[in-house]
Amino acid sequence: MTPILEVRDLSRHFGAIRAVDGVSFRLAPGEMLALIGPNGAGKSTCFDMLMGQTDPTSGQVLLDGRDISGWPARRVWRAGVGRTFQVTATYGSMRVVENVQTALMSHHRRSFAAWPRFRRLYRDEAMALLEQVGMADQAGRPAAVLAYGDLKRLDLAMALAHGPRLLLMDEPTAGMAPAERAALMELTAGIVARQGMAVLFTEHDMEAVFGHAHRVLVLNRGEIIADGPPEAIRADARVQEVYLGGGAEALAAEARDG
Amino acid sequence: MGLILAQLLTGLANAGALFMVASGLSLIFGVTRIVNFAHGSFYMLGAYVGYSLMQVLPGAVGFWGAILLSGLVVGLIGALVEVIVLRRVYAAPELFQLVATFGVILVVQDLALAIWGPTDLLGPRAPGLRGVVRVMGEPVPQYDLALIAITPVVALALWYLIARTRVGVLVRAATQDREMVAALGVNQRWLFTGTFFLGCALAGLGGALQLPKGGADLLMDFTILAQVFVVVVIGGMGSLPGALLASVLISVLNVFGVSYLPQSTLVLMYVVMVAVLMWRPFGLLGRAEVAGELGQVGAPEEPIRPAGWPIRATVAAALAVLAALPFWGSPFSVVLATDILIFCLFAASLHMLIGLGGLVSFGHAAFWGGGAYVAALLVARLDVPMEVAMLAAPVGAGLAALAVGWIALRASGVYFAMLTLAFAQLLWSLVLQWGAVTGGDDGIVGVWPADWASGNTAYFYLALALSVGGILALRHMAHAPLGYALRAARDAPLRAEATGLHTRRLQLVAFALAGTLAGLAGGLFVFSKGSVFPNELEISRSFDALIVVFLGGVKTLSGGWVGGAVFESAEDLLTRFAFWRLTLGLLIIAVVIVAPEGIVGAARGLARRAGLTRDADPAREDAR
Ligand SMILES: Nc1ncnc2c1ncn2[C@@H]1O[C@H](COP(=O)(O)OP(=O)(O)O)[C@@H](O)[C@H]1O
Ligand SMILES: [Mg+2]
Repeated sequence: MTPILEVRDLSRHFGAIRAVDGVSFRLAPGEMLALIGPNGAGKSTCFDMLMGQTDPTSGQVLLDGRDISGWPARRVWRAGVGRTFQVTATYGSMRVVENVQTALMSHHRRSFAAWPRFRRLYRDEAMALLEQVGMADQAGRPAAVLAYGDLKRLDLAMALAHGPRLLLMDEPTAGMAPAERAALMELTAGIVARQGMAVLFTEHDMEAVFGHAHRVLVLNRGEIIADGPPEAIRADARVQEVYLGGGAEALAAEARDG
Repeated sequence: MGLILAQLLTGLANAGALFMVASGLSLIFGVTRIVNFAHGSFYMLGAYVGYSLMQVLPGAVGFWGAILLSGLVVGLIGALVEVIVLRRVYAAPELFQLVATFGVILVVQDLALAIWGPTDLLGPRAPGLRGVVRVMGEPVPQYDLALIAITPVVALALWYLIARTRVGVLVRAATQDREMVAALGVNQRWLFTGTFFLGCALAGLGGALQLPKGGADLLMDFTILAQVFVVVVIGGMGSLPGALLASVLISVLNVFGVSYLPQSTLVLMYVVMVAVLMWRPFGLLGRAEVAGELGQVGAPEEPIRPAGWPIRATVAAALAVLAALPFWGSPFSVVLATDILIFCLFAASLHMLIGLGGLVSFGHAAFWGGGAYVAALLVARLDVPMEVAMLAAPVGAGLAALAVGWIALRASGVYFAMLTLAFAQLLWSLVLQWGAVTGGDDGIVGVWPADWASGNTAYFYLALALSVGGILALRHMAHAPLGYALRAARDAPLRAEATGLHTRRLQLVAFALAGTLAGLAGGLFVFSKGSVFPNELEISRSFDALIVVFLGGVKTLSGGWVGGAVFESAEDLLTRFAFWRLTLGLLIIAVVIVAPEGIVGAARGLARRAGLTRDADPAREDAR
């Protein structure tokens, strides 16, 4: 099967800092791949390059076998990739439902339309997306007043607006209460299973990682040090060393601190 | 060879005052993030205060003492302004503070007029330095050489202060990261006040030092401000070495320009500025992070919704009353209402750009004045009928905006603002210096409307239709996908791009649209007055629009035209009295302090407290 995403020897250097250094991996359709590693390992930088929001210093990103390195984010998005942000990015001056409508409007290529009334456009589709992430009851609230966990779910609804084939989620549960985390991961896993999209996500919460990922990549100082099924990663000596010999417990603890 | 050297020396001498004013502005911006429009006024005050002090202090000691004292006095005045006015508005949305500094400009102008009178003052010459020195046969004033010696001393002292002292550590920390200062446990208030003192003292020193060369007059404030903006932007906001480098560059360029290209000195300066910024968008020695994000600080904006029927009914009724004005008002009120309507359209166009797009332009007069000149030139030079000229004004201005926006949008924040200012100044200098076509200072006169629109009443209806139509169109656009896409690009550009929005193209469309409507307003303006002069393109005209937008309220949909109506009426009322600038300036400062959300924002707050409207939040009301 051709991979939906293939990353070849991808690097991004900031001056002397090698944030990402020669990373290669593949992602199959329908696969849920976790990218883990300590803070500063280069996970977000990696996501930025996949989404076209940072240009790689070298290396390639292939989507369905097509080289998309250097494309602007909006083009990557049109090619079927959606992302959520580690620090949520929503439109604070709009209501919740309008945030999603804005994404839908872009998907339908109406963002330059100056005549129709925005309020009525794609309202039902937007509500359906909010329903999916359990935010329908807050649709009319200003996004600026949402609790953090709700912002994360709104962010997800926006990333799903164009029915992506590949979803990138940067720390989807960071800053959430434990019960909320589990619920969000269940939710995401359900959507993924139903729609058959591929997911690449970073996460500090090890329950989320080992509970849902089909495969795990471990990144440390910009380099991949392990790649395999969750059980193998759990047992990997180098991974345990990176996490100071603590296994899942230390990983979870670190997640709570940082 | 000798001549060139002598000119170089003159340029270096001129760079001194420019550097001092520019470094002051740069410092203040770096630490407080306030673009101090009033900085030129402090320079002017320095010159006037220095003049008066030199009258009473005798001899060489008196002369140099007066210069130092002027710096001190002006610094104290600056600190006072910071404590009395600006301190109250730091929490206001970013850039709102510049409205207050604009009020200070007006106040200082009238105070200077009251104290020193309207005639230009000739500066006294420096005792002991009245002669010239021959440099390779060419005469160079001794005072110029003194200035060339003094500037590096001031620059070094400043460098020492910033690079080697504890105060300097704080200033640098604040320039790079504002939160860090709070974390250091520093009394931020005193740091800001101190910075204002230093920055204004430098401006005052610059003003006093150039007395023997340029004297003192009431136009100094805007003349230097234009140059200082150029210097700060070319050098890089917040960079002192950049300010020094750019001051020398611009001063030398000016001196050579005067000798070899006398017809285009002004044009030259702005061309250089645009060229530098295209090459390095953050200036020669500036850094991106100091650019600042404009317009998005403070309480989040409330979601918008189409007006309910009570508001629509009220507006319709008010429009009906206004449309009947020729039947119940005096002939004069009809003319006044025409002026106000035209200005409201101009303000509303800028308000859209700032409010929806988050794009703060310092040079919107380019399109207002540009539209006016397009129409006037077509009528006066080519005998084109009014109807065509009135169409050409928005089209011409819109195309110009497309070109300017295409370049200016490469930068963001305060650099974008400065680039728009540079283009406006470029256009202004072109119109001023290309006299053969534009009439230069004499403007273009005799631009009257077609017969059917020539009566005051007929023209009032034309202005009413086009202005109200334009404002309603802008409002409609805010509720359309384009308006939402613009706000998305402003609220979270990364998210917008990651959901397929072409943020820069959206902003370009907004910029062009704002320019088009400003051009329409300019076209209406020129036929209502019958003439146009270069001052319609000046900085102060751009500032007028900017102030009005902020006074009306950026985070509301109607702030533009409401601010325009209030400001234009107030100005019309006040200009009949002596010291109207003082009054208007104080009024502006009062609004800034009492209603930092602008007039519409404050009115909305009052209405809410009185129970007339509801809060935006618990409204699940319109989920469906
Ligand atoms: N724009 C940038 N400029 C300089 N260094 C950066 C930039 N972005 C990230 N870095 C550095 O790259 C490294 C990786 O950061 P990041 O990708 O955010 O890690 P993670 O998401 O795994 O915590 C860090 O050392 C960070 O400081
Ligand atoms: Mg990260």
